[in-house]
Amino acid sequence: MEFKAIVFLPLIGAIIAGFFGRLITDRGAEILTTALLFVSAALSWWVFSRVGFGGETIKVPVATWFTSGELEVAWSLRIDTLTAVMLVVVTTVSSLVHLYSIGYMHEDDARARFFAYLSLFTFAMLALVTSDNLVQMFFGWEGVGLASYLLIGFWYKKPSANAAAIKAFVVNRVGDFGFALGIFGLFAITNSVSFDVIFSEAPNLVGKEMSFLGYQVDILTCLCLLLFMGAMGKSAQFLLHTWLPDAMEGPTPVSALIHAATMVTAGVFMVARLSPVFEYAPTALMVVTFVGAFTAFFAATVGLVQNDIKRVVAYSTCSQLGYMFVACGVGAYSVAIFHLFTHAFFKALLFLGAGSVIHAMHHEQDMRNMGGLAPKIRITWAMMLIGTLALTGVGIPHVGGFAGFHSKDAIIEAAYAAHTTYNYAFWMLVFAAFMTSFYSWRLMFMTFHGKTRAEPDTFKHAHESPMVMLVPLFVLALGAVASGFVFSEYFIGHDYKEFWNRSILHLPSKDILHHMHEAVKKAEWIAWAPFIAMVSGFVLAWLYYIKMPSLPAATARTFRPLYLFFLNKWHVDELYDWLFVKPAMWLGRVLWKTGDGRIIDGLGPDGIAARVVNITGRVVRLQTGYVYHYAFAMMIGVALIATYFIFQGGGLLK
Amino acid sequence: MNLTSIPMLSIVTFLPLFGVFWMMFLRDDESGKRNARWIAFYVTMGTFLLSLYICWGLFDPSSPKFQLVEEVKWFGPVQYKMGVDGISILFVVLTALLMPLCILASWHSIQDRVKEYMIAFLVLETLMIGVFCALDMFLFYLFFEAGLIPMFLIIGIWGGKRRVYASYKFFLYTLLGSVLMLLAMMAMFWHAGTTDIVKLMDVNFPADMQWWLWMAFFASFAVKMPMWPVHTWLPDAHVEAPTAGSVILAGILLKMGGYGFLRFSLPMFPLASQDLAPMVFTLSVIAIIYTSLVALAQEDVKKLIAYSSVAHMGFVTMGIFTATTQGVDGAIFQMLSHGIISGALFLCVGVVYDRMHTREISAYSGLANRMPIYAFCFMVFTMGNVGLPGTSGFVGEFLTLLGAFKVNTWVAFFATIGVILSACYALFLYRRMMFGEMDKPKLMNITDMNMREIAIIAPLVVLTILFGIYPMPVFDITAVSVKNLVTNYEAAIRASTALLAN
Repeated sequence: MEFKAIVFLPLIGAIIAGFFGRLITDRGAEILTTALLFVSAALSWWVFSRVGFGGETIKVPVATWFTSGELEVAWSLRIDTLTAVMLVVVTTVSSLVHLYSIGYMHEDDARARFFAYLSLFTFAMLALVTSDNLVQMFFGWEGVGLASYLLIGFWYKKPSANAAAIKAFVVNRVGDFGFALGIFGLFAITNSVSFDVIFSEAPNLVGKEMSFLGYQVDILTCLCLLLFMGAMGKSAQFLLHTWLPDAMEGPTPVSALIHAATMVTAGVFMVARLSPVFEYAPTALMVVTFVGAFTAFFAATVGLVQNDIKRVVAYSTCSQLGYMFVACGVGAYSVAIFHLFTHAFFKALLFLGAGSVIHAMHHEQDMRNMGGLAPKIRITWAMMLIGTLALTGVGIPHVGGFAGFHSKDAIIEAAYAAHTTYNYAFWMLVFAAFMTSFYSWRLMFMTFHGKTRAEPDTFKHAHESPMVMLVPLFVLALGAVASGFVFSEYFIGHDYKEFWNRSILHLPSKDILHHMHEAVKKAEWIAWAPFIAMVSGFVLAWLYYIKMPSLPAATARTFRPLYLFFLNKWHVDELYDWLFVKPAMWLGRVLWKTGDGRIIDGLGPDGIAARVVNITGRVVRLQTGYVYHYAFAMMIGVALIATYFIFQGGGLLK
Repeated sequence: MNLTSIPMLSIVTFLPLFGVFWMMFLRDDESGKRNARWIAFYVTMGTFLLSLYICWGLFDPSSPKFQLVEEVKWFGPVQYKMGVDGISILFVVLTALLMPLCILASWHSIQDRVKEYMIAFLVLETLMIGVFCALDMFLFYLFFEAGLIPMFLIIGIWGGKRRVYASYKFFLYTLLGSVLMLLAMMAMFWHAGTTDIVKLMDVNFPADMQWWLWMAFFASFAVKMPMWPVHTWLPDAHVEAPTAGSVILAGILLKMGGYGFLRFSLPMFPLASQDLAPMVFTLSVIAIIYTSLVALAQEDVKKLIAYSSVAHMGFVTMGIFTATTQGVDGAIFQMLSHGIISGALFLCVGVVYDRMHTREISAYSGLANRMPIYAFCFMVFTMGNVGLPGTSGFVGEFLTLLGAFKVNTWVAFFATIGVILSACYALFLYRRMMFGEMDKPKLMNITDMNMREIAIIAPLVVLTILFGIYPMPVFDITAVSVKNLVTNYEAAIRASTALLAN
């Protein structure tokens, strides 16, 4: 019962706020949804205390969804440690964001709708993390995509918000294309979509091949990579990351909840959930590691030069997700989930803090128009400071530190212990840690310190946020400080096997966590490398933005091409526009006007009509000379060739 | 009294004609118009309720046999034979469901020749239900082809500016297929000596003959679906048809092709189906990608939805010819779901068309500002069109793709690209019409849906979501018949391979 309550209370809130918002007023909708979320969060912590720490997997059937032949898809809840951790993250951040939004959105006139969307999102996310089969996971997966689309485009009068919303949905669909094919493949091979069956089948599939698109491929490698494509879309990994920065068009609480703490981590969750499959696909894991490391690096470089306060945090999120994937890739799923857990607190804190700054500055987001705000908004400053300390991973090796220190440094150590080629993962992550530190402090200095660059009027009226917005910050700050050292021992320390029980599979032959601890024992500098990166990032930022404020401009001039490359986000957006968006529109038009209009209609109905006239008038010439007749013949030819290939490409298992 | 002795299927089929008979006596004035509307509404509602009773009261879904069979000798070898199985019965219900909604949707928008309009619709309903109930080949042909005539009239008389061109094109395409199908039916009769569909299913046509018969039926059904490249009549027909005409066209008439494949091609010509499936796959996949791209470039709302229909029907043909349980289940579900969703989308277009009298997408913007209820409904159907899990659109697409992957990974690969493209055109449409500032002066006074419109569209919203999260009522009915169909198909294929091996 309590499990169902956790998942369905937000849905009930969403339905009531959405359909009866006018009846219960905006205030009623706020209070109702927020209260239900707090109940859900309280229950989640209770479940966490019971199921986490070595509890058995609990399954709660809800209903049949659909069946067809041997396919059976059920609505059901699967509660194990992994799910319990996610429940805690999702409901805690969500309830705090609900609370915060009461203050942040108080001037908006569609608050009932806003809160309905927030709760709907939470429901979909909970359906995702509690799923017991791939199809329900896909339901939650696309459901959060819908909620994200609705919330990014919440201010639907803004064209930029609408564009960002569509982009988010479509790019995610590209990822889901892979996810869906992965599900089809797993079903074709195992005749099931339920986790239990797939997990027990996975070891038997090692080394087996299937035919995919005419190639003989390793089953597990191929399917894991397809599934991972979905994860790349949802977690904004390089190539499918372009939607995340644009998603910042949505209201800031949305960015904190969806685009920092919960939805974007769904990809990491998916890989961890499917660890009993991924563990047997080492090639796929290598790809996961590489994509993760590259994204961590790439996003950090872009983060260095952004001026929009939210975009800096967005790229930081993208980069941190890369860290989590590296952890998954090297087989340290528990470390990945640990970072997901701590990251949720400090990144939500940073976003909500940024929201508080934006609120204070009357919706100004450009950091070039800020500066010197610390005395005006002292509490927000302190909270942002805690968030920054946690994100940059401040702490002393072997002693302890902020949340990020425990989880991020563990990932870096795991990357070292995995011995990737030239240790590229390790070095990229260390370098990314340096950049993380630099851009985080850059954000702090540009926003809060030095002389102000804000409009005098705006600056004068800058004010601290109300209590309803500050309380969530305090709670999250507590998490950013303490979640690392309190939970480190359970998540990744000596008790980790007992804590996770069977919810995550670590193949005994690999035992990356053991190697990780051994590596640090052997080579002490590994533990200190991220520390040095973090400190030097701070020093450099201090030098650039406090000590010698003329330096940034000078550097940008000296390295102008590189600066522009980073500033324009490696030109990925332009590339996609040129490669996909424009051709698709062009092709659509051509197929319509020429394909349908001139060729099919021209030769079909219109042509027949014309022909009737022709025959009565004059002799029909065989060679009409119409280009379109040839084009028609060509289209038939293409169809024939494609048919031939499909004959050849043939079935799945030969 | 024994209920099974009542010819239930004949009653549900011809009940609408009773309304026609009644209307004959109406006068040609205002009260006549009003009465015509009410009569049409009552009769179609009665038919709907009766169809519900037949489906969930009389029909036994645990048997794969044809049920409620009625058999009367007619002329020559032709019988008047009616009956339904798990594959056909839900189409009867779908037809009967959409009809009263169509009548309601035409309440105010049709003011000329109301009586004739209602008569055309009622006759159309009889013919459509007849198609799904007929168990004699020629009876089927009769219903199948006669249905063309009222639709032709609806577009030609109550249609838009280019209605003559559209109805001509519609007629020309469909005619071509029908002639071939008739020839094939004759050939089948000469070979088997019966026109009884049930008996024909047990006839083993020689393999080479199957090819020709299959091709002839294909010509007819492919046009009706419509499959690429014989789809171009559909956008024109939709654009010119009145709202209710579009609803029936997209909701029911398109499904006749898919139903035909399931009733004739797959069970009667299994060997040809097996051999020619790659061609169907190719055409389906081209349809899905090609028409999705074309939909992206449309400037007319109805055309956009029409093209998206062609893409969605691509999933149906693909699913049917995978000849797997999932593929066929999915195809049937996709047809029913598309009947609801595309019908609803056309009804939605009708709502704003009645107010603004334009179908240009660019004439609209920011409707969400003044029409929140409308925006919500449109969003639900857009998501259904996109195939979002939790809407009925997902289940069919998912199952057909699942079936396709088992048979041929290329097909699944390309068809899944359609899932990305559908998101592009559907959300792009939604953005252009619903979002943004309401900056067009003409739109300033536009009003949200009224009670009549809500009453039409709300049931479809409910069904879209209900069948998305709990589609079992549909699968409970279809499962046994589909399993039977697939088993027989596989047995036929095995028998022929065994024959070859010897």
